[in-house]
Amino acid sequence: MTHVEPAPDTTGARVDPDTSPEGSSAVPGGTKRRNNLYTASQWRLMWWRFRKHKLAMVSAIFVVFVYLLVLFAEFFAPFHSSDFDAEYQHAPPQSLHLFEETDDGTRFNPHVKGFDYESDEETWRRTYTTDESEIYPVRPFVHGHEYELFGLITTDIHLFGPTDPDAPMYLFGADRNGRDILSRVIYGTQISMSIGVVGVVLSLVLGIVLGGVSGYFGGWIDSAIQRVIEFVRSLPEIPLWMALAAALPQSWSQVQVYFGITVILSIVGWTTLARVVRGKFFSLREEDFVTAAVLDGVSKPRVIFRHMLPSFTSHIIAAVTLAIPAMILAETALSFLGLGLTEPTVSWGVLLREAQDIPSIAHTPWVLIVPAVAVITTVLALNFLGDGLRDAADPYNK
Amino acid sequence: MLKYIARRLLVMIPTLFAISLASFFIIQLPPGDFLTTYAAGMGAQDNIIAREQLAVLEERYGLDEPFHVQYWRWISNIVCCGDFGQSFEWNQPVSSLIWDRLTLTMLLAVVSTLFTWLVAFLIGTYSAVRQYSLGDYFWTFIGFIGLATPNFLLALVLMYISFRYFGQSVGGLFSPEYQNAPWSLGKAWDLFQHLWIPVVIIATAGAASTIRIMRANLLDELHRPYTTTARAKGMQEWRLIAKYPLRLALNPFISTVGWTIPTLVSGEIIVSVVLDLPTTGPLLLRALSSQDMYLAGSFLMMLGVLTLIGTLLSDILLAWLDPRIQYEKAGRR
Amino acid sequence: MVAESVQTSASPELDHDSLLSVRALQTHFPLDQGLVKAVDGASFDIRQGTTLCVVGESGCGKSVTARSILQIVDRPGRVVGGEILFRRQRRGAGKGPDGEIVDLAALDPKGAQMRRIRGGDIAMIFQEPMTSLSPVHTIGNQIVEAIQLHENVSNREAKERAVEVLHKVGVPRAKQRFDSYPFELSGGLRQRAMIAMALSCNPALLIADEPTTALDVTTQAQILELMRELQDDYGMAIMFITHDLGVVAEMADDVVVMYLGMTVERGDVVSIFHDPQHPYTRALLRSIPTMGMGTRTRLNTIKGMVPDPYDRPHGCPFHNRCGEYMPGTCDQIVPPPIDLDEHRQVRCLLHGGAPSSGVRNEVNT
Ligand SMILES: Nc1ncnc2c1ncn2[C@@H]1O[C@H](COP(=O)(O)OP(=O)(O)O)[C@@H](O)[C@H]1O
Ligand code: SF4
Ligand SMILES: [Mg+2]
Repeated sequence: MTHVEPAPDTTGARVDPDTSPEGSSAVPGGTKRRNNLYTASQWRLMWWRFRKHKLAMVSAIFVVFVYLLVLFAEFFAPFHSSDFDAEYQHAPPQSLHLFEETDDGTRFNPHVKGFDYESDEETWRRTYTTDESEIYPVRPFVHGHEYELFGLITTDIHLFGPTDPDAPMYLFGADRNGRDILSRVIYGTQISMSIGVVGVVLSLVLGIVLGGVSGYFGGWIDSAIQRVIEFVRSLPEIPLWMALAAALPQSWSQVQVYFGITVILSIVGWTTLARVVRGKFFSLREEDFVTAAVLDGVSKPRVIFRHMLPSFTSHIIAAVTLAIPAMILAETALSFLGLGLTEPTVSWGVLLREAQDIPSIAHTPWVLIVPAVAVITTVLALNFLGDGLRDAADPYNK
Repeated sequence: MLKYIARRLLVMIPTLFAISLASFFIIQLPPGDFLTTYAAGMGAQDNIIAREQLAVLEERYGLDEPFHVQYWRWISNIVCCGDFGQSFEWNQPVSSLIWDRLTLTMLLAVVSTLFTWLVAFLIGTYSAVRQYSLGDYFWTFIGFIGLATPNFLLALVLMYISFRYFGQSVGGLFSPEYQNAPWSLGKAWDLFQHLWIPVVIIATAGAASTIRIMRANLLDELHRPYTTTARAKGMQEWRLIAKYPLRLALNPFISTVGWTIPTLVSGEIIVSVVLDLPTTGPLLLRALSSQDMYLAGSFLMMLGVLTLIGTLLSDILLAWLDPRIQYEKAGRR
Repeated sequence: MVAESVQTSASPELDHDSLLSVRALQTHFPLDQGLVKAVDGASFDIRQGTTLCVVGESGCGKSVTARSILQIVDRPGRVVGGEILFRRQRRGAGKGPDGEIVDLAALDPKGAQMRRIRGGDIAMIFQEPMTSLSPVHTIGNQIVEAIQLHENVSNREAKERAVEVLHKVGVPRAKQRFDSYPFELSGGLRQRAMIAMALSCNPALLIADEPTTALDVTTQAQILELMRELQDDYGMAIMFITHDLGVVAEMADDVVVMYLGMTVERGDVVSIFHDPQHPYTRALLRSIPTMGMGTRTRLNTIKGMVPDPYDRPHGCPFHNRCGEYMPGTCDQIVPPPIDLDEHRQVRCLLHGGAPSSGVRNEVNT
């Protein structure tokens, strides 16, 4: 039987036209060169595809913003997370007025208005009303409490705040001690967001090492590691975390607890990453450039770390981005249960724990709503970002 | 099929062992134990009866002995006589405390699973068949929100809403009059009425990810050649979708159940704590913080075991639905 | 645009011995990356009870043409132009040249009439028998379904007919095989099961889209043999899609050569093989190794690559690979179909259509 030589299917619409030039061009030179070229073009393609994903782009910007909050929380927050004022317990959110009505007409003067309150004789519950006559100007770059940026630069400049540092400004309301919820949520990002990253880094190290070993060697090593992963994943994670978190000694400092919690979260977290890495290793093992490197007599660890890992960094980044929100939620849940971090540390979980008592929340919903919105939007953004990255890294394998 | 089930059961044994070992190990982790804390609390009072009791307990559980001896004593009692040990805090056998609560936990997890499936199946199918429609976008968005909202937060918000707008606190699984009543039709109906709130909460997070899986699977299957074959036969579009792609998308869907079960159990635990349901969650939390080790350990182990059984059931269901699975297993043998 | 004048009268005309006539068919895929004109000017006739082979390199629109006939083009593809005239026999009546003529391109793809034609009057088999059958349903189930979709018969009767047709296509122990899953069968048996399913409703036309490409050489020969036998038995016409000229030589009565969605030459098998008129057809034929040359000699492949579907060449689609390319003409003018004789047609400017030859044309803009 004779055949017409079928032309390579460059016409297929399903073949991304951009993949073919780099993919098929035979580059003279060593394996390394080929590999570098392969990864380099991969990055470009990934970026190109990512940019088309509007929602992921917006999320990326949002996530960058949140991490800026982490780095410069003291600057962004008008007050310190522990600044309290018994005068203004559970003060409701104020609105920020941009213009002031004076006798001479309207003038631009951003300000908040003061409070009056009445206490209920029986319940001690306060009812606040706005005091129209008290006006506290709000300005950008005001001087407030002093802080040390990264423990280096001492300053007292804040992004915005009342010109009088003692003035009551509660744009998102106050908690039961009269602390500014907005400032507390901003400070909370430091713990909540960093726990995600630290936990993921820990998981990643475990995941890459074990997943890599599993995927590269295969055989019984692979089966053994797979059994362990299956076992860990078959356990309900919240009870497991609860038990482990309860085992953290009471005497530990908050910093120790912080790291204890991240370790606990990584105990489950690494399995997901290990799976991703293993799967990629399995498919890559068969690729030409790896075979070529092995034939060139390159040592195994070198093959893994110099040749295989770089070629799927993009996938790892996507997997990591998707793992971070899970960690954030886990920390929130543990702290909420009182098993993780506790006062005076401020994390989103700690803030939500204060919103446990529903009858009182009914009167001061901002104590629940503000941190809740912070958690949900951040996790949402991280999920969108991770999804966008994954699609960009691997458009054919969703 | 029987052979397949037998094989799966056999594989389960080492896993069971690992679960029990891990549970026991974890509850041994905290420094000190309930008895030392308790004895320290009694201090000078020198309550002789209590001290004697302590000594008996210490003797009985060999709390001074090395780990493996303690473990062996614990597990052998469980395996041979169903004796899970004594709860220090409640001063009752653990077995009298856990079963009711585990049963309710399982009931909640199972009902939530079914609810999750139903919702995910309907919405996932709709989203895939009407890909990129307004409805698809809407549900995808809702799904993302569900994914981003932790269970306990949803529980809090729901509690807030019902308190605020309906003036009642949700929580519990029974009305006061049925709290301690024996089981009856009335009690069951009462339970059912209370059940839906935690079920909806637990199912939301599960459904969000399951919808996405269902949608992706179905989209995959909708473009397979056998769908075209069926179309070329002259089949009606909706009948074709129901018989072929939907049926095939069901398989990976069922296989995800295995790993949604731990998530659902997790969700159940934390939601119960928030809503204060008479299930495992609140008691486990308490046992953990008071180092009531046998109670906590038994809960942990049983949750693991129940999850394992759930996974096994879903695997069997899958093998039954997909003839290829048993075939592969048989081929490998 | 393709310049081909087809009168769209109220009662469409069809040659007395034609079963199906595809005229100036256009099927396009509006994708994000651009418009893919997968089929753009395909014209051919299939005569009753004969085999038409459609040849061309992969990606030239053969499958899309076939699917367009049944209106089962994948989304977002759509038939946007042309006619597909089909002579519909009344069921049960003999296969004479009577019956109503319907334009399949004008039917609603989701409508009941189109569904009755699919599987009932025109059946189709595919390249990959493994993936084209549902892996979780038995083949019996899938054949019975095909029968019951078109005929009102009881389950038992349908099963009997399914076993009978399985037997007919050479499935050994058909009764037992009825309950087999596709993965339990060999590739050849699977394709036989596919054919059984297609023939179960006694169609007037069987479209076979590269049915043997995925099979080994021996099985391939058996399936081709089977199809010829079945054609004698059932008297149906076959539209056979392949990129293998050897298969064409073996199967075809008539041949259509496609290039980039266009039929560039058509005629009976003898004239196509012995007197090819289009440079592309000639190039295809040259790429067959001559007997006795030994398999080790290099094939004379056609130079160049199939152009990108988003970026079709101006003028004649073949001009960038054609050995007889006339600059200034071939890259400006879309070759019109030129009738050489009754069943022969070619679309090449060497045969007319260029301004110098005095034939009026539309220029591709
Ligand atoms: N589902 C689809 N989506 C987009 N483009 C398609 C699709 N199916 C086919 N095409 C395009 O139509 C052209 C013809 O494809 P096809 O008919 O499958 O070729 P072949 O002759 O190999 O059967 C190809 O260029 C392909 O890019
Ligand atoms: S029209 Fe010109 S380019 Fe096209 S096939 Fe004929 S000679 Fe070649
Ligand atoms: Mg094809």
